Amino acid sequence: MSEDIKKFMYLNRRAPHGTIYAWESLEVVLIGAAFDQDVSLAFFDDGVYQLLKSQDTSGIETKNFSPTYSALGDYDVTKLYVEQESLEERGLTLDDLMDLKWEDEDDDWAEKDSIRLVSRAELTDIIEQQDIVFSF
Amino acid sequence: MKFSIQVNEGPYQHQATDSAYQFTKAALEKGHEIYRVFFYHDGVNNGTKLTTPPQDDRNIVNRWSELAKEHDLDMVVCVAAAQRRGIVDEGEMQRNGKDAENIADGFRISGLGQLIEAGVQSDRLVVFGD
Repeated sequence: MSEDIKKFMYLNRRAPHGTIYAWESLEVVLIGAAFDQDVSLAFFDDGVYQLLKSQDTSGIETKNFSPTYSALGDYDVTKLYVEQESLEERGLTLDDLMDLKWEDEDDDWAEKDSIRLVSRAELTDIIEQQDIVFSF
Repeated sequence: MKFSIQVNEGPYQHQATDSAYQFTKAALEKGHEIYRVFFYHDGVNNGTKLTTPPQDDRNIVNRWSELAKEHDLDMVVCVAAAQRRGIVDEGEMQRNGKDAENIADGFRISGLGQLIEAGVQSDRLVVFGD
C-alpha cells in the first residue's frame, strides 16, 4: 500500500431508512478507517436525517444502526460536516442531532464535537479539497 | 491515468451499470489503466451468471465477463453486499452452507478494503450510481 495519505470524503445524501445506502456507506467508513487515511463525512440533503437523535426503527422492523455513529470517534473518524441549509430546509437544528464526540489525544484527550456545521458554500470548498469522494 | 470504478446500482434497473461499462471500455481503448472495478450495493447483481436477459437486449453480465477476460480486469464484488443479496462463489457457498454458487466469470468476491485500497492506489476513483 502506498504510504501517502489521501483525503477521503463520504457524501451522505439520503435518509437513513428507505434504502440501504446510508447503512452500507457507514460500513465502508468503518472498514476504511483501518487504512490510516484522512477521512471526513458530509451530511446534506436528506442525509442530515441520518444523525437524528432518538431514532426508533421498531415500527419498520429494520436495523437501527444510528448508535454506530457514536463509535466513529473511536475509529478516528472525527470530522462530520453537516450542511446548515439542509438542516434549515427540513426544519431541523443542531439540537435535533446526536451529540457526537471524539477524544483528542494531542490535547490531553479533551472531548470535542465531531459535528461541524458548515454552509453549502463552505461544504463545496471542502469537497473540492478531497482526493477521493464517495457518494452514497 | 490509473482509474478505479465503483458500480453502485444493479443491472437493467439502472443505467449506472451501463455507463460504468461504457466508461471502463472507453478508458481501456484510450490506453488508460483500470486498477479495479468494485461492485457495491445492488451493483453486486452485475456478477451473477444466472442472469438471462431477452435475446434482443444487451447481456450486461456477459459483457463484463468478456471485458475482464480481454483486459485482465480485476472485478471485485463486495462480500458483505453480496451475502445480503445472494451472490455466491465456491468459498462463500461452503462457508455459509449453501447448495449453489452463481458468481459469473471474471468476478471475485472480496472485502470493502479492496474499495479503499483502489482509492489509495488509483489516480481517480469514478463512482457510478444514483
